Amino acid sequence: MDNIVTHAPDFFHDTRAESTKAVARSLWNRVLSSVCVGLSLLSLVPLVSIIYLVIYHGFPLLGWDIFTQLPPAAGMGGGGFGNAVLGTLVMVGLGLLLSAPVGILSAIYISEYGPASRLAQAVRLVAKLLTGIPSIICGIFAFALVVATVGSFSAYAGGVALGVLMLPTILLTSEQALMGVQSAYREASYGLGATKFQTIVRIVLPDALPAIMTGIMLAVARAAGETAPLIFTSLFSWFWPKSLAEPTASLSVLVYNFSIGTDSHQIQLAWTASLVLVAFVTLANIAAQLAFSKKY
Amino acid sequence: MPEQDSKNRAFAEVRVGPDLFHLLCWVASAAAVATLGLIVYEIISGAWPAIQKFGFGFLASSSWVPNRADFGVFPFIIGTAVSSLIAILLAFPLGLAIAVFLSENFLPLPVRQVVRFVVEMLAAIPSVVYGLWGIFVVIPIIKLFGTWAVSVFCNTWTTPGIDGAPDTHRGIPVLETLFAPPAYGNSMLTASIVLALMILPTLTAISRNSLTAVPKTLREGAYALGATRWEAILGVILPTAAPGVVAATILALGRAMGETMAVAMLIGNSSRLSWSLLSPGGTLAGLLANQFAEAEGMQVNSLMFAALILVAITLFVNLIGEAVLRHTQHQTAGIR
Repeated sequence: MDNIVTHAPDFFHDTRAESTKAVARSLWNRVLSSVCVGLSLLSLVPLVSIIYLVIYHGFPLLGWDIFTQLPPAAGMGGGGFGNAVLGTLVMVGLGLLLSAPVGILSAIYISEYGPASRLAQAVRLVAKLLTGIPSIICGIFAFALVVATVGSFSAYAGGVALGVLMLPTILLTSEQALMGVQSAYREASYGLGATKFQTIVRIVLPDALPAIMTGIMLAVARAAGETAPLIFTSLFSWFWPKSLAEPTASLSVLVYNFSIGTDSHQIQLAWTASLVLVAFVTLANIAAQLAFSKKY
Repeated sequence: MPEQDSKNRAFAEVRVGPDLFHLLCWVASAAAVATLGLIVYEIISGAWPAIQKFGFGFLASSSWVPNRADFGVFPFIIGTAVSSLIAILLAFPLGLAIAVFLSENFLPLPVRQVVRFVVEMLAAIPSVVYGLWGIFVVIPIIKLFGTWAVSVFCNTWTTPGIDGAPDTHRGIPVLETLFAPPAYGNSMLTASIVLALMILPTLTAISRNSLTAVPKTLREGAYALGATRWEAILGVILPTAAPGVVAATILALGRAMGETMAVAMLIGNSSRLSWSLLSPGGTLAGLLANQFAEAEGMQVNSLMFAALILVAITLFVNLIGEAVLRHTQHQTAGIR
């Protein structure tokens, strides 16, 4: 034993060099780890800044008046954006009414009826492509389809634009949800003599419902915050909406219009509207997560 | 046997149900496919007069003069490319760092979950809110930075030469052009920085997925050979996950190119081309957001043409990204 220890330096004659190299390697390892952690934490700074400023500037004006009053003209105080909140809810609702049936039914088709059919492959490809096209293109489409033919900006046009925007999200998440249903359930249902229709409606859909709801909430959250599809479809309005066929205000367009202006009170309202918008979108996202976790 | 008959009929009625439902689902699927076709059709038919009038010259012309019905989108195509490329350059190191951070155990799991939640929150914040924040936070910072950059990179200064006569230096070669005065707040740089933040979640989520999809055995093999953590990450894990990271970058690029509102609020919307990042610029999406509501006649057709180009570019980029991603998934499936 002694021999080995005393003679060790002879066997490993470059021990010192080896250990310096090891120290260097471990030091380099530490440096890279710190850089990685540092960069990760650094990228949280802007988000914290956004959240902080939205609350800091937006909170003072937050109150019931905000939801019941109309937007003030430049130079005026007070007011709110009740019409914009209503407009956003109405147009997101319209979009959902258009996209949810199409999205869920096509998801049923591509996962239950013909998963390998040519139509199913086309639907999957189109859904992927629709996710990738810029949201402003949905606005251009609704403009050409509705505004240009009817001749006026309207809540309908905004709803169509948001519907196209929501479709791929709802379709793809519903497909995932339906694929997540165990095939044993389907087989058991057929075994008891149920038809395909009965199996889908009574067994598969109820089981997939929480995950489908997740997709719907995600789509709602995304649509509520979108401005680009609305700026030239529903435009903006200073008044309460009387019908769906006239220009309609929305929270996101209000933030856009007021924040590029110069009136300080309107800019303050833009911050408050941002706070409402961020709160709504966050709540919708959390609701989506909850709907999902209820099942799994 | 009337009873048996009615039973048969009831059974038959049940049998009619699924056929109708099948048909309904088929119609919905066809409608979903038709949507994309309709979008492309509407945009092409809207753009047709402009396509006929300007042809390919539209892509190369730099004039955008609504009064004279003279349109070209060259500066906006360049602006779209430059702003999204700078955004990728800024976001790539950050996104990769976060993805590695989230897939390694540097810090305890709760901390990583908080970071992950925060990055996912970044994706949920509406584009206009980024724009509003950019106006009040990023623009002032860029104005300060711009003034500093101009004074450092572009000023001439003198040093005593060897022969005693003063030598005059004329700024720093490349930076002098990139940060040329005047320094505006609404600039290409401002828009790119905010864009980088907005694509960070996309970049991070897909990169993280491909990092966690690297089989554990590869990492253990590297450790067993005596590799340190970073030797394993840089030598084994990142190379294996590289195609996924590339796909993430391409898909993020597609997002950046189509991003509209924040860019429209921050970039200054100018059709003048400039080498300086401190000058205002314009992107295709920003152009549409700014002008569509008030456009008339040939301007609408030209904007539709611009929209068609934007759709073509983003679809192309996204298709490549999806193809790379699918290829990656096949590959990692093979390793496992």
